[in-house]
Amino acid sequence: MKNLLEHMGIDPGRLHFSWISSAESTKFVEVAKKVTEEAVALKSKEKKYMKTKPKVA
Amino acid sequence: MTSYTDKIREISKRLLKEGKVDMVIGFTRGSVPMMHQPMFAKNQGDVDRFVWDGNCGINLANYVTDRKEKIGIVAKGCDARNLAVHIVENKINRDQLYIIGVPCTGMLDRHKLTASVAGEIESIMEDEAGKTVTISGNGFSETYDRAAVLQENCSLCMHRNPVIYDELIADKVPEQSENDVDRFAAVRKVEEMTPDEKWAYFDDLLSDCIRCYACRNACPLCYCPTCFVDESKPQWVGKSIDPTDIRIFHFLRAYHCAGRCTDCGACVRSCPMGINVRAMTKKLEKDCLENFGWEAGLTTEQRPPLDTYKPDDPEQFIK
Repeated sequence: MKNLLEHMGIDPGRLHFSWISSAESTKFVEVAKKVTEEAVALKSKEKKYMKTKPKVA
Repeated sequence: MTSYTDKIREISKRLLKEGKVDMVIGFTRGSVPMMHQPMFAKNQGDVDRFVWDGNCGINLANYVTDRKEKIGIVAKGCDARNLAVHIVENKINRDQLYIIGVPCTGMLDRHKLTASVAGEIESIMEDEAGKTVTISGNGFSETYDRAAVLQENCSLCMHRNPVIYDELIADKVPEQSENDVDRFAAVRKVEEMTPDEKWAYFDDLLSDCIRCYACRNACPLCYCPTCFVDESKPQWVGKSIDPTDIRIFHFLRAYHCAGRCTDCGACVRSCPMGINVRAMTKKLEKDCLENFGWEAGLTTEQRPPLDTYKPDDPEQFIK
């Protein structure tokens, strides 16, 4: 799935997979921080993910 | 190709006469050239309408899903692989099927032929030896080398002979090998691009899409009673032709075919806009081969990679 998304042009830093148990709250915080940081670094490119046509119905 | 047609008619007639099957699924001439359509022959009188030539590109495995009858089915290499996928996924029983195997030398690319001439094609003829194709219409007649006007997936095909069958209508044809053709050349070309170039490539590829879902309907893998694109509660994906919605549709549709797609090309053939939908499924085929050593539809004994777990499945992407 990651392969195909990146094949279709999603920036590699945007997609993260992680295995976090419900007991691993600290790992969740770490991962969430890292994901946010990497996504923010790519912010200049986020326009391409937005819809361009007006919403109907 | 007339020998193929005769043999298909002969076998179908025999099967129906002996009561071995309730119907035979094969191809008959469509209302316009290059658009042969499926036909269900339920009595011996129907079988004379069966034909076989280079326009039988759609996938007949699409028509056996969840059927209860005994079915005789005409199957080229890819149809037979898709029948194997159907059997593994419990969409049909092997003993319900009598597979009439057709060794195949590829189907003609109707998009390519249509684009090659200015006028409307009124007739298409292949020579008996299978070397040339002649198309003609009002004021033109062009002859091509057959190999040059094959569908791309056919010219890259590694399994031209049916993998499962009950009877073959002709001797097997020679298979191509990795040495003859580089089947993932197009995928590799996209892989080498930067993310922005890839994005632009798919933007351009999908810009003509009108969301008619012909690719889904022609696909033998797409047999869900309600497709995710038709659901409205919840609505998984936007229904507009906004580029974002189109991209999500194509991504998800392709992903549903991961490890199941046999690259039969029915999606591309059915697309009214001539979009190469295979650009996505071919990548998945490559990934499955590289990550799991898997090619879809070669066996009825093994479950596909995405519904099995193995301790050595690649997992470097999970952090």
